[in-house]
Amino acid sequence: MIMGFFRKHPQIAFVLLAALLLALPFLVGAGLGKSWVRVLDFVLLYVILALGLNIVVGYAGLLDLGFVAFYALGAYVYAWLASPHFGLHLPFWAVLPLGAALAGVFGVLLGTPTLRLRGDYLAIVTLGFGEIIRIFMNNLNAPVNITNGPQGINLIDPVAFGGFAFAGTHTLLGLKVSAAHLYYYLFLAFTLATIFVAMRLQDSRIGRAWAAIREDEVAAAAMGINTRNVKLLAFAMGATFGGLAGGLFASFQGFISPESFNLLESIMILCMIVLGGMGHIPGVILGAVLLTVLPEALRHIGDIQRAWLGQVVVDPADLRMLLFGAALVLMMLYRPEGLIPSRQRKREFHAEDSVAEQEQASLYDARG
Amino acid sequence: MTALLTVENVTKRFGGVHALEAVSLTVQAGEIYGLIGPNGAGKTTLFNCMTGLYTVSAGEIRLEGHPLHNRKPHQIVARGFARTFQNIRLFANMTALENVMVGRHVRSGAGVLGAVLRGAGTRAEEAAIRERAQQLMAFVGLGRKGRALASHLAYGDQRRLEIARALATEPRLLALDEPVAGMNPTERRQMGELFQRLRDAGVTLLLIEHDVKLVMGLCDRVAVLDYGRKIAEGGALQVQQDPAVIAAYLGAA
Ligand SMILES: Nc1ncnc2c1ncn2[C@@H]1O[C@H](COP(=O)(O)OP(=O)(O)O)[C@@H](O)[C@H]1O
Ligand SMILES: [Mg+2]
Repeated sequence: MIMGFFRKHPQIAFVLLAALLLALPFLVGAGLGKSWVRVLDFVLLYVILALGLNIVVGYAGLLDLGFVAFYALGAYVYAWLASPHFGLHLPFWAVLPLGAALAGVFGVLLGTPTLRLRGDYLAIVTLGFGEIIRIFMNNLNAPVNITNGPQGINLIDPVAFGGFAFAGTHTLLGLKVSAAHLYYYLFLAFTLATIFVAMRLQDSRIGRAWAAIREDEVAAAAMGINTRNVKLLAFAMGATFGGLAGGLFASFQGFISPESFNLLESIMILCMIVLGGMGHIPGVILGAVLLTVLPEALRHIGDIQRAWLGQVVVDPADLRMLLFGAALVLMMLYRPEGLIPSRQRKREFHAEDSVAEQEQASLYDARG
Repeated sequence: MTALLTVENVTKRFGGVHALEAVSLTVQAGEIYGLIGPNGAGKTTLFNCMTGLYTVSAGEIRLEGHPLHNRKPHQIVARGFARTFQNIRLFANMTALENVMVGRHVRSGAGVLGAVLRGAGTRAEEAAIRERAQQLMAFVGLGRKGRALASHLAYGDQRRLEIARALATEPRLLALDEPVAGMNPTERRQMGELFQRLRDAGVTLLLIEHDVKLVMGLCDRVAVLDYGRKIAEGGALQVQQDPAVIAAYLGAA
């Protein structure tokens, strides 16, 4: 009923959604506590990451397990150019695009040797690349200290507009606004831009070429698609968003180390896509939200145990992985197409519905 | 008539298997050229060599003088040579119309920036792609099936859709690999009519067909492959009476 009303009045739905998004950090901060505003910021960061990886995996069908490498690159570029590490303090609006662009270039560099690979082989090689970048970051502290090794880089500059830095607490219009709030609005702007770009790309000549390659690479080539260029473009676009998210992460966190960019992170981002519905933007967003919020919520299992049982019986960290694994297994069994799949993917996974679909299609024909 | 496609001494080996042995043929602009031969004769392999899916072991292939051998498939399509597949290879989970729209890729140019900004130029190009795809769907007789998923189309319609998709690349030469395989006589006749209309529209056809009789009414000239060699070439009637062809088919049967 409510959905029907909003469908009839999209302007009202839009205004309500906009108001909700704007008020969200204050609602969450008041309702759940300040630490949850930071969780909110991470949600947005992961939405950007998941939408970026979705271009490679969901649109073009290239299974990439090394995506976190681009996230790391973006973060390190930011740290190098805006921290005491090299004594450089460039403004964020110069550093972010640089990091994103460099990640894009690396997307092409890492994509090139994998062009002939598919499926499992592609996954294994990209996984290797992801690890190589992390290991580089871990070891490039001698003879010249580039990355500061496992200690990572500290005191990274926060985002600042002129003299207004996203640090400490500000009072704006009578409201107490923390850095986490400010980053929320910055990340929200980038998230919306990412969604916009992802939507436009999907529904375009390039998006169709990606889909064609995903469906049948040989046929796509035989229909005139330069499969090499189009695949590299997917790697580059995905990596660019990864690099962007990395830069945002570095400025937000103020500290980065190679540990943040391990294989588990790549797998997490991939899980967001698979869980939500590969290739489908609303699904990917939902996946990113769920897989960022749920682990945070489960942290509190420890407190609950202490309150009810007087002691912590099950370590929340163990429980998280256990529940996460169980959730994925259940998903694969009962909803392999994801929580909010695209229509096409739903059909892919439920071939037995095809007769009904066909009848539906012929009904359209009769009317059309 | 002028030579559109020339194949000269093309040889293709897979390890020890000689799939093609010094095959030469010439397709004239405007004709329907048949390629027949028993199963395993090398017909599909020749198509794959011509359209860039296989590299040739030796020999040359030219389209209006431009070398095609060992070029990339998309370069060959850009030159005006498109194909269909013996085992239908549609983009199964895209709609029929989207399949044909993919065929327009090579004749359009919007890139990432165009896609994101979607300016007037990009919008006009998208509209043109869609309109042309719809025209081609109508041309092959699928005018009302654009919204159906490719994999949900009936078998014969899938074959037609593959032709529409190939036509979307604006080929001067269209190579069809067993386009009527598995069809009943009525469907075969309708496909024959489609081929005539294609020829009238200025598309030269290169047609693989397993069944000799079917080719006879349709093709201007026919070449016969057997064990990777061309054993006969000429008018349909003439080829049919060729003792080598009769032997090859009886031997195969
Ligand atoms: N990719 C390949 N690898 C190995 N052998 C192949 C390959 N493609 C075709 N062949 C062989 O080439 C010969 C010709 O096959 P094909 O061209 O498919 O015949 P036709 O289309 O005339 O039925 C067969 O012996 C087949 O096994
Ligand atoms: Mg064949």
